[in-house]
Amino acid sequence: MATTTPQRLRTVNRLHPHLRRQARLLPVLPAVLLLLVFLAGPVLWAFHASFTNAALTGRNARSPGWVGLENYQRLITDPVLPLSLVLTVVFVGGSAILGQNLLGLALALLMKRARRPVAAVVGTAVVAAWVLPEIVAAFAAYAYFSRDGTLNQILGGLGFGQPDWLYSFPMVAIMLANIWRGTAFSMLVYRAALDDVPGEVTEAALMDGASGWQRLAYVTIPMIRSSIATNLMLITLQTLAVFTLIWVMTAGGPANASTTLPVLAYQEAFKFGDIGYGTAVASVLILIGLVFGAAYVRLLRGSKG
Amino acid sequence: MTTAARASPGARRRAGAGAVSRAQHRARVPADAALILIGACFVLPLLWLVLASLDVSAGHEARLPARVSLDNFAAIMTPGLLFQPLWNSMLLSAGTAAVNLIAAVLAAYPLSRYQSRFNRPFMYTILFGTCLPITAIMVPVYGLFVQLDLLDSMAATIFFMATTTLPMAIWMTKNFMDAVPVSLEEAAWVDGASGLTALRTIVLPLMRQGLGVVFIFVFIQAWGNFFVPFVLLLSEARQPAAVSIFSFFGQHGAVAYGQLAAFSILYSVPVLALYVIVARGAGSSFALSGAVKG
Repeated sequence: MATTTPQRLRTVNRLHPHLRRQARLLPVLPAVLLLLVFLAGPVLWAFHASFTNAALTGRNARSPGWVGLENYQRLITDPVLPLSLVLTVVFVGGSAILGQNLLGLALALLMKRARRPVAAVVGTAVVAAWVLPEIVAAFAAYAYFSRDGTLNQILGGLGFGQPDWLYSFPMVAIMLANIWRGTAFSMLVYRAALDDVPGEVTEAALMDGASGWQRLAYVTIPMIRSSIATNLMLITLQTLAVFTLIWVMTAGGPANASTTLPVLAYQEAFKFGDIGYGTAVASVLILIGLVFGAAYVRLLRGSKG
Repeated sequence: MTTAARASPGARRRAGAGAVSRAQHRARVPADAALILIGACFVLPLLWLVLASLDVSAGHEARLPARVSLDNFAAIMTPGLLFQPLWNSMLLSAGTAAVNLIAAVLAAYPLSRYQSRFNRPFMYTILFGTCLPITAIMVPVYGLFVQLDLLDSMAATIFFMATTTLPMAIWMTKNFMDAVPVSLEEAAWVDGASGLTALRTIVLPLMRQGLGVVFIFVFIQAWGNFFVPFVLLLSEARQPAAVSIFSFFGQHGAVAYGQLAAFSILYSVPVLALYVIVARGAGSSFALSGAVKG
């Protein structure tokens, strides 16, 4: 972080030191312009458009009118919104905070103990699901969970029932799919974190007679606490934004049973053509993202002192 | 202090190491078994992809094809179905990565070389920007594109996609640039070279590998992106593989699963290869070096 301006440079550029210092920041401009136009712009536009009746087609598409809080009033009374909020929380909590996080940690811990080739092969399998383009991963998950898919084949072979996962348990299916797709990230974070834990510390605990679970709970976990917090924050944000997986697997159905906030925003805006209401939903999601983003930045600053 | 006392820490460490390795040996078999079980669960959905691509009469289930053939691959190898979408993906991803790299290098240089009270707030603001759920801003971005008449424009889509990955790219580029010592540029500065000349002739050549990592990283992200081009690119002639494969799957009544799987594999191979290159060169946690370690 700390880079020092060479003393010499200041003496060479003695002319208009103030101007020169400003001019040095010029190369940042293209990046700032892009970020303002394509990120900050849409966010501000979203908050604005959520107060209008902007539509996809028709008269309101070109000259949307100001409707004040109408969209938000509709949002509060819309029975789909609370459902979609709950589904989003369940999706993020179940597949990211519990699923990806715990499975990622378990994989990283197991890989430290297992034989090296086993760890390498399994690691590749886990990472493969993560590196694949999202649409391909979504197709694979769709086929896997479909009525005559691989999962039901296995369940049938073991003598269990074969439910239509995507229809009867859509949330279970998309949560398992998201765990499959995203665990690699947590696994990589935790592998890096565990590699930084000095071996002597766990050895000392072992010498003191601590059991495996005790070493994990009282030594390893506290030592990688900041990695855990960072990881939780990032996977929460990633999972909050998941759209393609759900869209391909269930399209939010059946009857809104898997409509998380991104899917709802998309449906309102593009399926029903109501951009104003869609952006109101999106604004809620943006606000949630901003809260987590602020927490994440605070966390990183705090860890650096 | 006696010799015995002095010797004891070493002895204890040896004994400790023995106990640890014995404990590790005992733990190894269950750990191996658990890992293999979890790994199998991760492979199963992928197994279908591979088996179905070789099976002309493939369905949803993973099964060994009655007759292994490359007919599915042959069937999709047409300009309209495969090559045009892949070419579009290529243009979109390479364009995104190029715009990204140029903007990121330019921004990273002053941030890395000159101290300013703007640096820290700027870096944390763009980090904050990485936290925006991109799916949430797609509806407003669509609205913005309609207002500015940019819908279905390849260039505008490239600039938008570049912006979504720009914060991460700036962080990564700055970290790589910080690793190049400033002292190397000082001579050039004294000789009257401007900062940007020093950047071009001294800094960039030294961080070539890092730039490669950023480029590939952004390329992979753009190549796999479905939602952004799905919303912003309307005409079939401009759609990248991610979108064309979706319409191919979603709109044709009877789905040819074998062909879908074959298309998926051909579409995935480039990013898998690029990932391997980067993971080999920079350690498997390359993707995290930008965001997590700061």
